[in-house]
This record gives sequence, C-alpha cells and structure tokens, in this order.
Amino acid sequence: MLYRISPLVAYTVFFRGAFGSWYAISETLKRTIPLLLVGSGLALAFRAQVLNIGAEGQILFGAVAATWVALFLSPPAGVTLLVMFLLGFLAGAGWALIPAFLKTRFAVNEVLSSLMLNYVAFNVVLYLIAGPWKGKSVRGFTYTDTFPESAWLGTLGMTKVPYFTLFSGIVVAILGYYFLKKTAWGFELRIVGNSPDTARLLGISEERVIFLTMMLSGGLAGFAGVGEVAGIHHLLRHPSHISLGYGYTAIIVAWLARANPLATLLTAFLLGALISGGDALRVSLGIPFQVVSVFNGLILFFLIATERFGHYRVSVRRKVKG
Amino acid sequence: MMGEIILSTMNRSLVYAAPLLLATLGEIYAERAGVLNLGVEGMMMVGALSGFIAAYSTANPWFGVLVGGVVGGLFSLIHAFASVTLRANQTVSGLALTLLGTGLAGTLGRGWEGKMLAVPIRSLPEEVFRSCPGVVRMLFKDTNVLALLGVVFAVTLWFFLFKTRPGLWLRSCGENPAASDALGVNVWAVRYGAIFFGGIMAGLGGAYIAIAYRPSWSSGMTQGMGWLAVALTIFSFWNPLYALVGAYLFGALFHLAFRLQVWIAPEILNSLPYLFPVIALVFVSRFAFRKKIGVPAGLGKPYERGTSE
Amino acid sequence: MEMDDVVMEETPGTNAGEGSGVEVAFRSVTKRFPPHIIANDRVSFEIERGTVHALLGENGAGKSTLMNILYGLLQPDEGEILVRGRSVTIPSPQKAIALGIGMVHQHFKLIPTHTVAENIILGLPSVPFFFPAKREIRHIVELSERYGLRVDPRARVWQLSAGEKQKMEILKALYRRANILILDEPTSVLTPQEVEELFTTLRAMKGEGKTCIFITHKLNEVMAVADRVTVMRYGKVKATLRPSETSSQELAQMMVGKKVIAVVPRRYTSREMVLRLENVWVMGDRDFPALLDVSLTVSQGEIVGVAGVAGNGQRELAEIVTGLRKVKQGRLFLGEKEITHLTPREIASLGVAYIPEERHLGLVGSMSVAENLIFRTYDRPPFSQGFLVDWGKVEAHTERLISDYHIYPPFPALPVKLLSGGNRQRVLLARELERNPRLVIASNPTAGLDVAGVEAIHELLLKAQEKGAGILLISGDLDELLKLANRIVVLFRGGIIGEREREQWTEDDRRDIGLMMGGVKR
Repeated sequence: MLYRISPLVAYTVFFRGAFGSWYAISETLKRTIPLLLVGSGLALAFRAQVLNIGAEGQILFGAVAATWVALFLSPPAGVTLLVMFLLGFLAGAGWALIPAFLKTRFAVNEVLSSLMLNYVAFNVVLYLIAGPWKGKSVRGFTYTDTFPESAWLGTLGMTKVPYFTLFSGIVVAILGYYFLKKTAWGFELRIVGNSPDTARLLGISEERVIFLTMMLSGGLAGFAGVGEVAGIHHLLRHPSHISLGYGYTAIIVAWLARANPLATLLTAFLLGALISGGDALRVSLGIPFQVVSVFNGLILFFLIATERFGHYRVSVRRKVKG
Repeated sequence: MMGEIILSTMNRSLVYAAPLLLATLGEIYAERAGVLNLGVEGMMMVGALSGFIAAYSTANPWFGVLVGGVVGGLFSLIHAFASVTLRANQTVSGLALTLLGTGLAGTLGRGWEGKMLAVPIRSLPEEVFRSCPGVVRMLFKDTNVLALLGVVFAVTLWFFLFKTRPGLWLRSCGENPAASDALGVNVWAVRYGAIFFGGIMAGLGGAYIAIAYRPSWSSGMTQGMGWLAVALTIFSFWNPLYALVGAYLFGALFHLAFRLQVWIAPEILNSLPYLFPVIALVFVSRFAFRKKIGVPAGLGKPYERGTSE
Repeated sequence: MEMDDVVMEETPGTNAGEGSGVEVAFRSVTKRFPPHIIANDRVSFEIERGTVHALLGENGAGKSTLMNILYGLLQPDEGEILVRGRSVTIPSPQKAIALGIGMVHQHFKLIPTHTVAENIILGLPSVPFFFPAKREIRHIVELSERYGLRVDPRARVWQLSAGEKQKMEILKALYRRANILILDEPTSVLTPQEVEELFTTLRAMKGEGKTCIFITHKLNEVMAVADRVTVMRYGKVKATLRPSETSSQELAQMMVGKKVIAVVPRRYTSREMVLRLENVWVMGDRDFPALLDVSLTVSQGEIVGVAGVAGNGQRELAEIVTGLRKVKQGRLFLGEKEITHLTPREIASLGVAYIPEERHLGLVGSMSVAENLIFRTYDRPPFSQGFLVDWGKVEAHTERLISDYHIYPPFPALPVKLLSGGNRQRVLLARELERNPRLVIASNPTAGLDVAGVEAIHELLLKAQEKGAGILLISGDLDELLKLANRIVVLFRGGIIGEREREQWTEDDRRDIGLMMGGVKR
C-alpha cells in the first residue's frame, strides 16, 4: 500500500501509540487536555451557532501571554502560575473578541475572520521567537529562554501530564454542561442557537450571546495555550509545536459531542488518542503527521452524513403524523 | 520612477493573483448556485499535488495543469454529495473538505517534498510583446499564459453567468431553489455542476502554484489562499468582473508588502495578506448589508423538495 | 349533515354554445393525510372548457389539496383525473405544465432579484441561449397586452406590488401555453380595483377558450365572475351549479353548513386606555414610510380589529407596539407609561403579549413544549432563582398549561415541531396569555388553521378579553374581525382610512369596510 507499509502494521503501531502502554496513555492524556478545554468551549459556541474556527490562534495568544508573564513580568513566584492562567485566558478571549465585534457590528462572517486571525497569530509568534523574545542562550534556534521553575506546572507522577489543566478540563466540561442545562444564560444561548429570529422577537440579545460564547471559547483556548507552555514546553517555540492543530481538532471534538460539553470528556479523549497514535505513526513509520487531518476530515464527513440519516427518520415519522 | 513601481507592481500582481482569481471564480459559481464551499483550500492543495506529480512524471506541465483541474473537480464532489444529496451543514462539510484535502496532500506528498519541477510552465518570451509599446511590454514581462488566461476566464464567466440561459438557471438556484425546481430547473444537477466547476477552478489554481508560480512542491504551499478566495468571493459581490479587480488588488498589496521587507519584519508583513481580507470584509459586509445586494438568497441552505415555503 | 347536500344533475355537452366539452374531470379522487384527516373524500365533478369555474369552501375544505393534486404537487390515494377526456397521472408540476396546466399559488414562487422577464422564462430549455430574457421581451409584452396584464418585463420583481406579481405569475403560466389556469385565492392580496382587472383578464382568457379554476371563499366573487361553482365542505363536494341559478345565501348555507356565522362581540364596559399611539410614523424595510401619522387607542377589555389588504402597514404596526421596530416620529403609551423607546423585552414584561403572524417565529421547533412555554418567564421567579432555572417548577407549570389549553399530545418534553399547526398555536397562546397580559397583539392568529383550530383560538382571545385585556387583532380575514371586534380600523397605505364601532355588525358595515380596504373613503 501507501508507503509500502501493511495496514495491519500501521494499525498496530497506531493503537500501541495511543493505548499500548502507560506511556502511550499518558501521551494520549497529554493531548486530551487542550482538546477538552478548547472543545468544551467550542461546544458552547457551536450550540449558539457561533462558529469560532479561530481557537488555534486563541491558543497561541494564551501561550504568548503566559510567556510574557513568565519571562518578562516576573511576578512573585507564588502567584506566577495564577497570573499566567489569568492573563492567558484574557488574551485568548481578547483575540476572540475581534471576530465577535466584527460579526455584531459589521456582520462579518465569523468563520472567515476567526480563521484569518489564526494565520496572524501564527506569524505573531514567529515574529516574537525570532525577534524581540528570542532567547539569549539559544544561539541559532528560534525559541525563547526557558521559564523559571515557578512557572512550571506539576505533572502526574513520572508522566508529562500536568494535573492542574487535566483537572480544569474535566471541571470545565461539567460546568459547561450545567451552564447550558440549568442557567438562564444557558437557556438564552440555546434559544439563540436554535432560532435567532425567535430570540430577537423575545428580546433576547443575540449580541450578548455572541460575545459571551466567543469570549468563553476563546478564553478557554487561551487557558489551554498557557497549559501547553507552562506544562509541557516551558518556553515559547514554533507555533506548530505549541499547538498540534488542537484548535482545529477541537472543532471535531465539539461537533462529535453534538455541542454537549459533557460529551467532550469522551470525544476529546478519542481525538487525543488519534493524535498520539498519529504521532506514533510518524515516529516509527515515517508517515507524516498530516494523516491526523485526513482522519479528522473523514470523521467530520461521517458525522454530518449520519446526522442527516437520523434526520430522515424524524422527517418520515412527521410526515406520517400529518 | 513612480510609474515604474506601479507598473512592476501590476506586473507581479498579475502573476501572483492568478491562482487566487481562478479559485475565486470557481467559488463564485458554487455560491451563485446556492452552495457555500469552504473547502477551497483543500481542493487547491489536492489540485497542486496531483498537478505537480503529473507534470513531474510526464515532464509535461500542461498535462499537470489538466490533472490538477480534474482532481480538484472530483475531490469537490465529496462536498457536493454531503451538501446537496445529504443536505448536510455546508459550513461543516466545507471545513471537513479542507481538513481532508490539506491532510491528504501533506500525507501523500511526503515523497515529493521540496522537489523542483524540471519543465515548468515558462514565462512568455519577450518577443511576443516586441511590437507592443513599452508600457505593455513592462506590464506583461515574465508573465505566463495561464496568468493571462485568468482575465479571459473572468470575462467569459461573467458573460455566461449574466447573459445566457444556463447562467440564469444557475443564479436562480442560488436565489430560490424551490421556485426554480417548480419551473423545471434541475436544482440537483445545477448545484452538482457548479460545485464541480468550483473544484476544477480551485484545482487549476493549486496546479498553477505548483507548476508555474513556484514551480515545486511543499505541503502548505497554498498558504491559506483558499480562504482568501472565499473572502474575495464576498468582497466581489459574487460578480466575476469584480473578482478580477479584487484579485489584482490583493495581488498588488501582497507585492507591496513584500517590498517593505527592508523596513519591517517579514513575519509582520506575512500577516498582512490575512488582515487585508478581514478589513475588506468589514467595509463590504457593511455595504452589502445596507444595500441588501449580492448575497444569493438561498446561499448555504440545503434544498429539499416540498419543505421550503 | 348530509341533509343539506344539493345534487345538481348536469351532464356535460348539454349546454351547447357555452363550452365544447369537458376539460378536466375528477372521478372519486380521495386524498388522506394519516392518521385522521381525509382532505378529499371521493371528489367527483367536471370542469368545462372555456369557463371560469369557482371552487368554493372554507379553510380546510380541501380545495387547495385537490388543486395541488391536479398540479402534480400531491398524489391522490384513490380515484382518477381526466384531462380532455384522457385519464392521466400527474407525478410532478413539470407533467402538469406539459398537459397545459398552470397554477398561480397563494404564496408566489418567484425570485425577487431577477427581472420579470427572467422570472417568466426560467426553466424553459426552448428560450435562446444568449441574452434569453432580452430576446423574449417582445413575446412577453405581446402576451401581456392580449390579456390585459400590464407589467414591465424589465422591472425587478422586488419592486412590484402584490398585484403586479400576480400578473407576472399569470403571464408565467400563459407563456408556458397553459390552457387550464388554477388560481389559489387570487384576490386575498388585491385591492378591489385590482380584483376587477383580474376578472377582466379571466374573461379575456375565457374568450380564447382557456379554462380558469379559481379557489375562493368569497361569495361575491363567485357571483361576479364564475360560470360554474363547485362547493366543498370537509373534503366532500356538496354541489356543482351555476351562480345564476342560485343565490349567495344558498351558497353560504352549503359552504358552512348549519354553523351560525355571526357571533355578537362581547361588550366591554371600561374606558380605561391600555394602548395609545400618538401620530406615529414608521419606516418600512425599503426605507419608505410604512405608517404615516397613525393615532390609535385600545381600551381595557376591547378588541380592536385592524382590517386591510396585506402590506398596508399591518406588520410594522405590530412590530412598533412590541418594540421590534423603531418609531421614526410620534409616541406610544401603555396605560400612562410611555413605551416609545423601550426594548421588546421591557415592553413584554410590562404585560404585552404577542402572537406574531409568522408562527414559526413565536416558537422554537427543536425545543420542547416545556421550554417554549417559559420563553417569557425563564429568568424570573418562580422558574428562576437568581441564576438557576428550576426545572421541577417548570414541569409542573407545563403540565397545568397542557391540560388548561388542551395541548395534544400532552408530553412536556416533546419538541414543538412534532405538534400539529393548531396545537403549536395553542402552545404559543398558552405562553402569551398565561401571563394575564394587559394588551394582546395578535396578527392573523388563525391563518391556515382548520375550523376547530380557529374556533379554539377565538375562544382563547375572547377569554382574554373577558379577563380585561385590550386586544389589537390584525387580520386579513374580514369575517374574523366582524365576528370578534368591538371596533374596526382600516389600514390603507400606512394610514387609517376609516373606523367603525358597533355592537352588532351589519352587511352594510362589511361592504363599507371592504371599500375602505381598497382605498375608498366612507
């Protein structure tokens, strides 16, 4: 077959890479964390029909803010991480505010604007690591100096899994679920998402829902970005290493969960496994990492196809009712 | 001096903007028929890779262009099936197509990474323009046939869309598929055709980059140009002639940004191509919203016989 | 029920000179919508060539269903259709067009951004490839002159009035060489003058041997233009006869059965004002004034009917009172409180209920009955304590409303889109009226419902009136207004052209209001 590798071997490598050992599972968990944080935020946005495709850039802005705190602001060691996560959340939310503002004020399609801003964020990080923030001790490489240890997240046992963000991800998914289900704001969000025209008639502010969901999903992406640099890299480096396309994969996490934050607990783990399995394919067999995008695309197509078949059943039943 | 800068900018814009123009023209047709296709980036990537491989293996660049177009068209049928036959959410289906296309091109193109094309599409020899005045000679210096074809395409497609019977049918499907269907227009066929055509054009655009503009292969070589095409479609009010103007305007801006590298960091300048469309969309969306023009009324809405209205 | 059936013995061909045979014949056509509805029950009658044939009946009598079958939009379960003597099956509108059948729908199927000519030629492979619209203009102009259908073929459709759009739709059918033209309630969007023009066109078509089938529930139109009339009720044909051989009274009797039409509006005593508009000006969607200097009051316990042909400012009136549209000039008061610049939400919370014309806007189909019922109250006690919604209380509330308003099927968790039209409207009214509003804005609240559904909605409105709500009832159905309203104002081109107040409405009132709807001051 392709690359002259038998599919069986590829599957084996893939599953070993995702679940085959404690190390593999920890690698999967490591990827699950950002997907969970970003995915549950996007679930809220998608539920409101706000299509935030800019999570990738929002992750990077969170990472940038965290790096600034760790390397340049240097707050007292005890609160460094706190300030990093706070500012990281705000940076992601702020970056997401741009498409929200453009959509509410100028009716600019948020898919395009948020996506374009990903490329801008990508270049901003490149600029920082090659220019003003380039580390003093790194010579020819383009990344920043390493963070002081007060800006490092603790990890579970011997693994590289930062427990704070793992815990946060789980809490966020559960809170997101209760927000939708139990709160008045969540109720408004669902009305806007299901029928913006009805919401307008009821006097529910669509603008507020757009801003709220953009800020929450962007903020959580920023939070995830902080987790990546503080928990795993401990410096700011090439943007495609900080985020392995988490912002795009999280779209599928949220969609696969049918925009239900609680279900992202499962779907984030599945797609985390997909990424670590894909990584194993790259390392052992030399299959490019983009194979993950192929899987993502196929999953998404499969998903919308089955959604429609489900819809057929409903419509048939309704016709029978008359 | 000033005139020279302007001329050379226009000249480079002609070459740089050609793939953007081709992809935009295709997207205009798809959206005029009522189907939003956010998969342009993916279609361009598969078009670029397949075109490059074909041109590399046969040493015939024109064969490569042909293959790029056909593969782009075939690839777009996935979106057609999802959005027209299954009536799925067009935004998600388009995103999936982009993920699939960029992923496939990256995965399958691994072995070709960094390879150069020995026989690319060459620039037109200067003799062609020998009898022309100096201005024309400067304008078309180092351009190629494919880039110039973009202009022809734009004018032809404008004429077809607004002045012919099939063009009328196509626009009608985008405005009101239910009414078109009731009058005997085959909405299904028109939408499939428009998406397929959009795929061919995006594939051609991708192939142009890999065969004429670069000419080499690297994954990610379209650099988000597919997304620019989607933005430019809105910017041009779904009109091929405006797309011509818009594409060259973008092309000129890119080229100017490139020239500024002496003073400004390249990373910052590299962001500009993505900021321009956002800013352009601000003005255009506002204008279009106020005038209520342009947007095909049925855009993005799946059509199902007997349910609408 | 079967007693008042009138059976007219009539065989085609016996009326020499009027037509030359049967154009369309229905033989035992039956159409069911499971589980309970039989829309057409063994329908049999004949339509003669070169006549105007009226199909008379109330909403839900099965007229439109039958015509949709003839036009290929629906398939009959049983029975046979003969066109010019030959038995045909019509699986699609395309087949109907090929058989020479054209239809002008009640809701026009057109493309607003295209020109009239482009709309007319759309879908025909026979028109020229290049410049199709331009090259067919002469043909279109010729047709429009022949049948008195004056409309500019180069105009964009969104610029046309409803009457002109209808002319275009008729041209569309004639352009396709229709011999049989079906018109579904063609006069509902027209002024009296335009109705006259339409009748002239129908007579011209008849003169050329074309056959027109004309769905209506208006007796005077039948008397004015039809050569034959078939009366339908509850899916059955009651009779086919000549208007000249019968009377309006007899037709009305057949159409509605023994039902009493006139209900005396309930009297109200209070003179306390709930709504007052003072010299209000409003802009419409196309930057034209939609309401010009309108002043209007509604008192407690009063039903004020707003009559008028659709598109004369009714929608804008409903939208400014509910805060959905900005007022350009003038002031609005709810009781003593000025509401001119309040938001929709603030106005709603002051006790204004709204039954919008576009029913799908009032409810969210994919959300449950329970959720739809708290759209106005989810953020306040008892359903909301601080930030959290108490779904236990919502459930109890829903179950009470389901039984009070007879919502069927009685499942709180059922998505609203799975309910029938009438039950959806009950959900909407339950939500809006349950708050004991001071003012109810109802815009065509019964359009498209069956007879039982209409009755139920009327009952609910009258009950709200009894409880003291002022009701602004905007309706295109004059009979509905005459049945319910204490006072009727007539909107014409954005202004109030006339006003009547009665304890008992008479036929003279009906005539005068009808004239005012057409712009004639009385």
